[in-house]
Amino acid sequence: MSIKKLLFKFSLVLILFSTLEVKSFSLEPKEFVQSVTNEASLILTKNFTKEQKIEKLKSIAKETVDIRGIGYYSLGVHRKNLSDVKKKEYLAVFESYFLKSFSSRLSEYTDPKIRVDSEKKLNEKYTMVSSTLLATEEKPEVKIDWRIVTKNPDKPLIIDVVIEGVSLAKVQKEEFNSIIQSNNGDINALLTSLKKFINE
Amino acid sequence: MKKILIITTTVILLAISNVSAGTDGENSLSKKDSGQTKECFEKVNRGIFAFNQALDGAIFEPLAKGYRKLPIPIRRGTSNVVTNLSTLITVPNNLMQGEIKKAGENTLRFVVNTTLGILGIFDPASGLGFAELEREDYGQTLARWGVGEGCYLVLPVLGPSTARDAIGMLSGTMGGGDPWYNVTVKNDTQYFTDFDYYSSRATTGIDFRAKNIESFENLEQNSMDFYASVRSLYLQDRKQKIANSRKVTDTMDDGDWEEIESN
Repeated sequence: MSIKKLLFKFSLVLILFSTLEVKSFSLEPKEFVQSVTNEASLILTKNFTKEQKIEKLKSIAKETVDIRGIGYYSLGVHRKNLSDVKKKEYLAVFESYFLKSFSSRLSEYTDPKIRVDSEKKLNEKYTMVSSTLLATEEKPEVKIDWRIVTKNPDKPLIIDVVIEGVSLAKVQKEEFNSIIQSNNGDINALLTSLKKFINE
Repeated sequence: MKKILIITTTVILLAISNVSAGTDGENSLSKKDSGQTKECFEKVNRGIFAFNQALDGAIFEPLAKGYRKLPIPIRRGTSNVVTNLSTLITVPNNLMQGEIKKAGENTLRFVVNTTLGILGIFDPASGLGFAELEREDYGQTLARWGVGEGCYLVLPVLGPSTARDAIGMLSGTMGGGDPWYNVTVKNDTQYFTDFDYYSSRATTGIDFRAKNIESFENLEQNSMDFYASVRSLYLQDRKQKIANSRKVTDTMDDGDWEEIESN
């Protein structure tokens, strides 16, 4: 094999590795959370427009969040009454809603510094990772816990964020339940609200 | 202020009478939390919530935004003063919850910050290694004694509460359990007036609002039912405070998540 070919192959391997390092996330829940928060923090710190930040945050969320799981959880007991067709429609609408809501919530932050502290395996499916949003001159530190789905150990996913003991997934579940209940259990009312939110 | 107190008391009494009238016992004040807080007066609550939001938009939010323009040391000092005053409610509640050691530590913290910290403007206690103050109130004590939360309430001006928390707040304050209230409003001392008490309460509210301007805006913008989101936040936060737990596994019912698997 000529030196040129060898160098070419070597460079190819190097490029592949460096790409992998950027695109993939670590597999241990604690490292996974740290890498996700680092990447999100980098986007928020850089001089992007708000729209650019939102698009980049959305792509991180698609890779690292169990959007389907959160969607099902948010439906609570109403999930059991849905036909397969309705479920499919709901999940599609929910994904758009979630990505818009998630990215617009995060895009308001500038330069957040998160320190990952510890992890606790709850069972085979879930691990809780504890972290701290470091204090600034203006704001005190905030304790943030991440519920990670580890059912597939090769691809951990975030399914809930708990801020100072308040679960955001639970807030969403109770909000959805309130909308459905105040419309006599009609899931279509939720779908209408979700679509309205997406198009606003 | 008296009118507000009368309205508040009426609402709470209504909440209690509703609890007593219930036949399923779900809301019984003598029972522990079932995990789901009942909405007994959703329409009224939503009405008061809308009123509070209007009041917030007209008065509290602009005041909070103005307060935020003050230099950081002034805001920090103000926040320290109201936090220090809150120790006066925390200590008796530490005692009633059987937390004698914490009561001692918090008393010492109060003495240090009131003297060395010049009436609480500075927080030398934290610098001396005292543990961070975990606020306690009469609602939390009632919960620790096994009293269920009763109906969810939205109080005029004061915001989200439950029958138990509102009873705790009112009985604690009126019943002589708030030393700051006793020396300012209840007893005619030469040193303090009613104004000192009510202005300190208003400052506590504005300080809290100012620290959370972005969070509230963000939550409101991203909520389809803001009332339901605030209710969930309040109730989860109260459960966490009552449990005095920072353990992550205690923050939610794992059974909720198992449901997803069975679907």
